[in-house]
Amino acid sequence: MNYELCIMNYFVPLQEIWKITDRMENKSIVSIADYGKEKIQYLLDMAAEFERQPNRTILHGKVVATLFFEPSTRTRLSFETAANRLGARVIGFTDPKVTSSSKGETLKDTIKMVSNYADVIVMRHRLEGAALYASEVTHVPIINAGDGSNLHPSQTMLDLYSIYKTQGTLENLNIYMVGDLKYGRTVHSLLMSMRPYNPTFHFIAPKELEMPEEYKMYCKKEGIKYVEQTDFTEDTIADADILYMTRVQRERFTDLMEYERVKDAYILRADMLGKCRENMKILHPLPRVNEIEQDVDDSPHAYYFQQAQNGLYAREALICSVLGIEP
Amino acid sequence: MGRVVTMLIKKEMEKDIMKSEEKVTTPRPTGRGKGEGPQALLVAAIENGTVIDHIPTNKVFTIASLLELDKCSDQVTIGNNFESGKMGKKGIIKIANRFFSDSEISRIAVVCPNIRFCLIKDYDVVEKKIASLPDMLTNVVHCANPVCITNNEPMKTVFYVTDKEKGIVKCRYCGKEQQIEHIKLV
Repeated sequence: MNYELCIMNYFVPLQEIWKITDRMENKSIVSIADYGKEKIQYLLDMAAEFERQPNRTILHGKVVATLFFEPSTRTRLSFETAANRLGARVIGFTDPKVTSSSKGETLKDTIKMVSNYADVIVMRHRLEGAALYASEVTHVPIINAGDGSNLHPSQTMLDLYSIYKTQGTLENLNIYMVGDLKYGRTVHSLLMSMRPYNPTFHFIAPKELEMPEEYKMYCKKEGIKYVEQTDFTEDTIADADILYMTRVQRERFTDLMEYERVKDAYILRADMLGKCRENMKILHPLPRVNEIEQDVDDSPHAYYFQQAQNGLYAREALICSVLGIEP
Repeated sequence: MGRVVTMLIKKEMEKDIMKSEEKVTTPRPTGRGKGEGPQALLVAAIENGTVIDHIPTNKVFTIASLLELDKCSDQVTIGNNFESGKMGKKGIIKIANRFFSDSEISRIAVVCPNIRFCLIKDYDVVEKKIASLPDMLTNVVHCANPVCITNNEPMKTVFYVTDKEKGIVKCRYCGKEQQIEHIKLV
């Protein structure tokens, strides 16, 4: 009797089983805007656990690929640090010019090729929808590190974690968003992810950079309260729990005279914080230029640097979440 | 385009020949009731096939082009500017021996919603379908966003129809909502 033949015919190759189950349970993170409270709380709890102990070896033997088709320093270093501190190996690229993409290779082919080497792919791409498409062409989980001006879920996650840590809750907060609300993907993502928590938004921006109509329609459709204003003063921010600052960029203005008129109107100074609530925290996705004066850094309300550090814990949580690994 | 284009009918069955003769010899009616009028008499009946009705007059030849009727070897009748109680004026296209799938009808619905597809079998209308936008369009229209991944990768487009009445669709990939009449067919 040919025992070897019997055994080969009996067992399904393990690699095939893993591929099938992985495809069924692809845990890619493309957007967290549609996440419910339970899922967000799970990620927040995981981030808190990683803040308690950021260095672990739970990803030993895993490979994390960081594919940055678009330049990034902060996000890439944060993800790579997260992977390294958890014991994973990191491969990837930071410049698509050195890859086959410059030879015309499709994104699909690049992703399928890298999927042979990595357990999770962290991807930033200039084209909108790239991360979603990548998640459809591979069984390896994709973490969206930013796709054009579309989504940036890891930034949203660290923003949520920062709000949760400083306020003790995400419920019923007054969230003031200031600056470039038209092109800022971080404010768009944060707005949508706060949907389950009954926030009240205050949008403070020049007319040229006001919150786009589609997001105001989203608020109306989801029953999210919002107020629009153009004044940025000590009085207008007095009731904020969270003051989310963004940079007003000159290159976004078609009318440069308008830019010159408003560029200094949305600068936060220390003397504007006198009437603020004690619990109020100032967030900024960084890098900042002049929209937050240096004298604000010493205020107890300033939280933007700790916010950046929270990115490490949030990204550790995201990597482990897609791999199905508990801290 | 006030003229009705009629293609010559080649029929072998006696009743079809008689019908054609009726059309030629019947005197010009004086009234303008439903079914009367010279245009009704010049549009030939088909035994099997599809009648597309209630076409806006400015879309008749767009529909004909989309259906590639110039390459069709079966009998095709195109009529325009017929009186219509509902629309004022309308166009009609009859294609013999041709039936359209739901996906083809969806494609037409993108350009011209609410037109009627009447399936004809043995000279009877056996089914009517209204070209209405489905909930999802796969590889039917392009995304108007130049930085959408679908315009930069060899892949199918997917749109969710968010408002059928206003013809608003949303790209699955970039999330941008667009007016369907402003975007191009694939």
